[in-house]
Amino acid sequence: MTSLAAKPAISLSRIAIYAVLILAVLLYLVPLVVMLLTSFKTPEDISTGNLLSWPTVVSGIGWVKAWATVDGYFWNSIKITVPAVLISTAIGALNGYVLSFWRFRGSQLFFGLLLFGCFLPFQTVLLPASFTLGKMGLASTTTGLVFIHVVYGLAFTTLFFRNYYVSIPDALIKAARLDGAGFFTIFRRIILPMSTPIIMVCLIWQFTQIWNDFLFGVVFSSGDSQPITVALNNLVNTSTGAKEYNVDMAAAMIAGLPTLLVYVIAGKYFVRGLTAGAVKG
Amino acid sequence: MATLELRNVNKTYGAGLPDTLKNIELSIKEGEFLILVGPSGCGKSTLMNCIAGLETITGGAIMIGDQDVSGMSPKDRDIAMVFQSYALYPTMSVRENIEFGLKIRKMPQADIDAEVARVAKLLQIEHLLNRKPGQLSGGQQQRVAMGRALARRPKIYLFDEPLSNLDAKLRVEMRTEMKLMHQRLKTTTVYVTHDQIEAMTLGDKVAVMKDGIIQQFGTPKEIYNDPANLFVASFIGSPPMNFVPMRLKRQNGDLVAVLDSGQARCELALGMNDAGLEERDVILGLRPEQIVLAAGEGNGSSSIRAEVQVTEPTGPDTLVFVQLNDTKVCCRLAPDVAPQVGETLTLQFDPAKVLLFDAKTGERLGAVASLPAQGHADNVTQFKGR
Repeated sequence: MTSLAAKPAISLSRIAIYAVLILAVLLYLVPLVVMLLTSFKTPEDISTGNLLSWPTVVSGIGWVKAWATVDGYFWNSIKITVPAVLISTAIGALNGYVLSFWRFRGSQLFFGLLLFGCFLPFQTVLLPASFTLGKMGLASTTTGLVFIHVVYGLAFTTLFFRNYYVSIPDALIKAARLDGAGFFTIFRRIILPMSTPIIMVCLIWQFTQIWNDFLFGVVFSSGDSQPITVALNNLVNTSTGAKEYNVDMAAAMIAGLPTLLVYVIAGKYFVRGLTAGAVKG
Repeated sequence: MATLELRNVNKTYGAGLPDTLKNIELSIKEGEFLILVGPSGCGKSTLMNCIAGLETITGGAIMIGDQDVSGMSPKDRDIAMVFQSYALYPTMSVRENIEFGLKIRKMPQADIDAEVARVAKLLQIEHLLNRKPGQLSGGQQQRVAMGRALARRPKIYLFDEPLSNLDAKLRVEMRTEMKLMHQRLKTTTVYVTHDQIEAMTLGDKVAVMKDGIIQQFGTPKEIYNDPANLFVASFIGSPPMNFVPMRLKRQNGDLVAVLDSGQARCELALGMNDAGLEERDVILGLRPEQIVLAAGEGNGSSSIRAEVQVTEPTGPDTLVFVQLNDTKVCCRLAPDVAPQVGETLTLQFDPAKVLLFDAKTGERLGAVASLPAQGHADNVTQFKGR
């Protein structure tokens, strides 16, 4: 370091950069901090202290009450999200595989049309989807919601996989065909093992989308089949009795935890997968 | 092992589009090494894909042995292919790569192990078997790709520019190794390349292609010494053949080519007397190594004095450029001949080796040992565009 003394270890501009970054982090984290603090306060504490004050008594009553209220809906969300994520990812992978390596006449057009699905606003499909679910006998069921999310998610998952597979050389498929492998063998033995990063991206994306969905949940479910987002809304919007902010906050935390967890566990794959293929290794 | 025969093979990607392959006729014997060579876009890789079954042909037949495989899927044709990019399965180890085809064909595991061991020994990749392709160098990947092809003991090997991703030194090494391998295994092989040196050194038979048409099919020697047209003559050979446009004269019944170096003239008797040739624009073809330094003053009609314009010592030879009939002509002289620019040399030609081409059609004139394939429409324009 002595020979490089010309450059000070901490320069003014560096301090400025860190200051701005720390400020941004604080700004982003304040809502989370408020939620966490409030969820552990007692109702009296909330009405006397300010938003950022430390709870005088750390109380779990908000969490207990919240869980009692949203318990069933939490499992509804799991029942909707897990199958919908897995099915839409699986079909998306197969779609991407076909659209990249087994092109057929009009496959480009097909892919182009499929992409419209990514830009289609949710609201436009509400009525026809509701009609279809009714005809299928799936109205107001978690199965119906799984179906809707799979169909709606396909555009995205197909896009993800197709764009990932496009960077895989065609010769690999040719070699496998000459080795005697068929359509599904090539997919299972050669393409899928190479797909870990994009599978991760797809799982995270779909999980977040489906878990956080409110509109489909509120429209296509009722009573016992509602997902947690809808249940949370109902809880927060009840006008009877005193507002229990600690319960609201705890319920919101419970609703948000799974996506948070998915990001923490698989986040590194997300970045890796999104940038994979951007630069040829 | 088997013979390979292409009968009038045609390929087009749709009505109205130009033919990618036109009337391809080829046949090679069991154990022969066939080279498909030509500039990029000439259809050689398409032809190889058609033989492999990765693309369908739109006319004709492909015979392996005495079986018509034209309608068969790739896996039923019993062929193996080595790709330019090697196409190794990246998530599998070297061993798994080699085993893959065997496992799919449901070979018993004991036989698979024996086969992998045999191939690994043959290619000296035993120590690499547990590595992933990403951990191998280009040359090692190339060996593994060959190993995967060898393991199946197919009837025919197809090689699609297998050496072109290697650096120059390794390419020369692997070329020799491939030849050695073929001499040992004697499997019928089709090899696509754009490298004319690979074509000359490896092949038993060479098919020179352009625009989806086979320009000439023959042994490397025939292709080199008896090119069917201007395109083949210009494509094969390095440094390339010299082409001197001129009109022939007739002297005492024999055809004579008049060469003018600016310093002297010589009247080269060509030893042929075909009628009508003296009235046409022709192109004289001279290989650089067929122009030699004359002993002393040279012998009259087949030698000429010319001024050296540029010299390029390459090590084994010295390339000397002179001007003949206003065309730059390259002569490949011995390395100890090191003339100065501006010096005058006496050069000697061998009239028996001079080739004549029609300036309009590019067709070879006079005797041709190996007959050309059909249709060489625009060789001349192609040649002039080079």
